[in-house]
Amino acid sequence: MSAVAQAPQAPPAAADRPQLQVVPLKGLPIVALVLLGVVVAIARDARWGLVFCHVVGGGLWTAIDLFVGFVVGPIIGRMSIPARIEFSTRFMPKMLLLMPTIVTMTLAAGFQLARQDGFLDTSNPKHAWVVASFCVVGVMAVIALAYLEPANVAVLFELKKPQPDGRVIEKLMKRFVYTAGITGVMQVATLIIMTKLVS
Amino acid sequence: MSAHADSIPSLVDRRLPPITEIGAASMIAIAVGLIYNAAYLPKHAQTAVAVAILVVAAALQLANALLLSRIEDFAWFRFKQVAAWSLLAYAVIAGMIEYAFVYDHTRGTQLVILTLMLLLFMLNVPVLIAFTVARYQRV
Repeated sequence: MSAVAQAPQAPPAAADRPQLQVVPLKGLPIVALVLLGVVVAIARDARWGLVFCHVVGGGLWTAIDLFVGFVVGPIIGRMSIPARIEFSTRFMPKMLLLMPTIVTMTLAAGFQLARQDGFLDTSNPKHAWVVASFCVVGVMAVIALAYLEPANVAVLFELKKPQPDGRVIEKLMKRFVYTAGITGVMQVATLIIMTKLVS
Repeated sequence: MSAHADSIPSLVDRRLPPITEIGAASMIAIAVGLIYNAAYLPKHAQTAVAVAILVVAAALQLANALLLSRIEDFAWFRFKQVAAWSLLAYAVIAGMIEYAFVYDHTRGTQLVILTLMLLLFMLNVPVLIAFTVARYQRV
């Protein structure tokens, strides 16, 4: 490839990139507030609070995974390295706070709802669906926690360097895009299971 | 990229032990253990099976710790920094899950096994995040 063709792939200089904060500190009070709300809903056995946390959290989780996995992911995959860097600098820190909070909120509230509704009881006819949902969450947790989130954090640290390595960013973003696609597919299974449980 | 940056070999080519893969295997064991136990709640799952899964997960993490300690020229400062903050975040998440188990009257051996699994989960994720970050940092 010629030098002219390679030029657009080079990461932009530090001064040309937007300022990056790995963890957006302004978002932490909101995270604390959400998690506190979940604890209060569990402690009070508040049915509406638990349903709210589970439905809102689950809706966001599913929608974000599907959107990132099938819409944003393929778009990122076709972007030039400088464009990926600019997008990642603004996108990744938000995901770092958003996803763990939404997932914790959904799972904690969902487990309590399953208990309240008797779905955890092995004699319940819908118990198998709950166990299936545990399995789907288990697969997503392994992919997200072992591959997706570490890649997300690592790419942010790479972007903070004065001269980011384009190959490192490309490799980590590829991992992010593929794992986001897999969790997107798993979310389709979640939709089937959840609609079976409430029907 | 500058000519200077071009002359430095990329850290992508660096060969390191399979920490991520072993950590993922441990995570699979933890997930299987938690699902196995949670599927039987509020009744008790078979303790022997749960303990066996717990031992496998712990052994994999121990192997990871040994492999990590043998790596030379590693960005340990960055590893410790990222691991410490991640540990704080995952301690909060594990704490919430533990709270839910206690709140749901999980007691005795089952609570001990679930707590130990949560502890392994809480220790594993920061190692995976910190390793992935530190492997691309120059010493």
